[in-house]
Amino acid sequence: MRIALFVTCLADTMFPAAAKATVLLLERLGHEVVFPPEQTCCGQMHINTGYQKDALPLVKRHVQTFERFDVVVAPSGSCVGSVRHQHAMVAGDDTKLAARASAVASRTYELSELLIDVLGVEDVGAYYPHRVTYHPTCHSLRVLRVGDKPERLLRNVRGLDLVELPAAEQCCGFGGTFSVKNADTSTAMLADKMRHVLDTGADVCTAGDASCLMHIGGGLSRLRTGVRTVHLAEILASTEA
Amino acid sequence: MSTFLGMPVHAPRGVGHLRGDESFPAAARTALADSQLRRNLQHATTTIRGKSGRVIAELPDWQELRAAGSALKAHTMAHLPELLEQLEEKVTAAGGVVHWAADANEANQIVTDLVRATGSSRVIKVKSMATQEIGLNEALEAAGITPVETDLAELIVQLGNDKPSHILVPAIHRNRSEIREIFLRAMPGVDPSLTDDPPVLAGAARRYLRETFLSTTVAVSGANFAIADTGTLAVVESEGNGRMCLTLPETLITVMGIEKLVPTWQDLEVFLQLLPRASTGERMNPYTSMWTGVTPGDGPQNFHLVLLDNGRTAVLADEVGRQALHCIRCSACLNVCPVYERTGGHAYGSVYPGPIGAVLSPQLTGVEDNASLPYASSLCGACFDACPVKIDIPSILVHLRNQAPHPRTEAAVMAAAAYTMDHPRLYASAQRAAKLSRIAGRRGRGLPPPLNGWTASRDLPAPPPETFRDWWRNR
Repeated sequence: MRIALFVTCLADTMFPAAAKATVLLLERLGHEVVFPPEQTCCGQMHINTGYQKDALPLVKRHVQTFERFDVVVAPSGSCVGSVRHQHAMVAGDDTKLAARASAVASRTYELSELLIDVLGVEDVGAYYPHRVTYHPTCHSLRVLRVGDKPERLLRNVRGLDLVELPAAEQCCGFGGTFSVKNADTSTAMLADKMRHVLDTGADVCTAGDASCLMHIGGGLSRLRTGVRTVHLAEILASTEA
Repeated sequence: MSTFLGMPVHAPRGVGHLRGDESFPAAARTALADSQLRRNLQHATTTIRGKSGRVIAELPDWQELRAAGSALKAHTMAHLPELLEQLEEKVTAAGGVVHWAADANEANQIVTDLVRATGSSRVIKVKSMATQEIGLNEALEAAGITPVETDLAELIVQLGNDKPSHILVPAIHRNRSEIREIFLRAMPGVDPSLTDDPPVLAGAARRYLRETFLSTTVAVSGANFAIADTGTLAVVESEGNGRMCLTLPETLITVMGIEKLVPTWQDLEVFLQLLPRASTGERMNPYTSMWTGVTPGDGPQNFHLVLLDNGRTAVLADEVGRQALHCIRCSACLNVCPVYERTGGHAYGSVYPGPIGAVLSPQLTGVEDNASLPYASSLCGACFDACPVKIDIPSILVHLRNQAPHPRTEAAVMAAAAYTMDHPRLYASAQRAAKLSRIAGRRGRGLPPPLNGWTASRDLPAPPPETFRDWWRNR
């Protein structure tokens, strides 16, 4: 299958390993990945901070970039959530654009959705010999409703010891600009998330979103815990050979 | 902005409790520093969440009930003018008197005048969000009338000269030793050997309140529901204090927001299943009192219904925001909210705290008067999942953020960022510039304001040697 990569601005700039892993994983599974370079950002930060007018050109750009593809994947539940639940709204009175945005949204998948719902694979042949806990991220869980798809993929990874994260469904406190505008509250939420991660005894905390991992990882690093944050795509792309 | 029937668009300033003194982040900082408060809140919200979750799981048709509740409320809002007139007609026919209050000042004046006309200098009160919203107690006190709260938690708040911090459990921020101290200091005739044993504290409140119930001739209540086609009012409570207030006095004055309507009696079957399970985690509500006008020889012989707008028609005019009027005040969104669990209710500055408060208060006051509230959420979506009438709180928050006044620097940065991101070559060079300049000095520490909040407790990731698009081009 020919799959377009919607890399997300954060993975492109700060976490290219997650994006590379997405490409290498899909290619290993026998698919062709294309990267339309005119893509930049889906506009979620602008939309969620109250700047829908500024987001409009970004939504237009996203639609123009991806409407020629049958399947689009992003290594981010949050950005796919924005495409699916916000782009048509930002288009507003421009009903043509809204319809095009909805069409793109209907063909855009978060990685675990693409693998299980579209490609029909639960065992991607990965090998990752570590103790891992999974943080489900709010937008994957409650906006996209990916359910246990990421865990089903992780359970099929050879050598991986998956340990359950207590209070997993609670937000880590990132919330985009929330972590800057309400830094103290965000930190209080992060403190509880980190305590739960450390309670599992895992070496690695994984998730389907680089943004939440940047937040949790930033806290774990500051506390010198030695626990690493690794994107789900990187685990699924790992092999023994 | 639209004006309806000459009524004021928003709740007026200088009266009531819809606006805080500080912004949410500033007020939250104070609350977060109180580790006892955080412990109390975490314990209380975790307990209620668990209990509510268990009884909701018992109902196989919970999702259908939610959908029904949502549809009934949407229908009600779409027909509010006709339904309100129907209610007025039915209440009047049953011997009640209906008053229309455009805002808090009018409502306070109407209630004060009604109490004065009875000659009583004291009223007993059933816990009511609407009267808290308009600051009725302060208005009555200014007129020389003593309001006595009869809900236990509300009484604790009143005696402690405090503010409620939760819709359902207004004294959730207090522990039992604090409650003992408040009673000893402020409860008339309290036994000085009072302990902090919960049954002993409840017994002290009961003795004090019983005397008050028996000697007061006027009661003020709110209403959970009003049924348009019968003119029936309903109050849902769990201590029996409401039943006392609604049956013993000679005069009953009910203050109700105009959105509390349901069209028919049968509609209550949906809400009386949804409300107790979502709020207190009970299968059935303990004391459900309903009355229709005046019944000769039984209960209050004078009944007044004050219908309160106070910004509600302005909310109704907003197609996205109007869902906030569907709220049945269950508090489920507070109990699941990770922000509320850490900051408590006072940080929101309004009698409506938590996620529903963050969408309701700014709409009632006008968003410029509560500009920080739509941002008091990480948009995690737990509130939307928990809401028994399916209010899409995250979408309303995003909608209100788009209306909120923005700091000038932030707006400039956002515009510049959007411009850059709409020009891929500019975007790529900005990516490289960020990598080279490393505004963060030592391993992601010490960013300049306003980003220093992030680096106070978190490291920034080290920038990668190359961006994804560089790797892709070179592979």
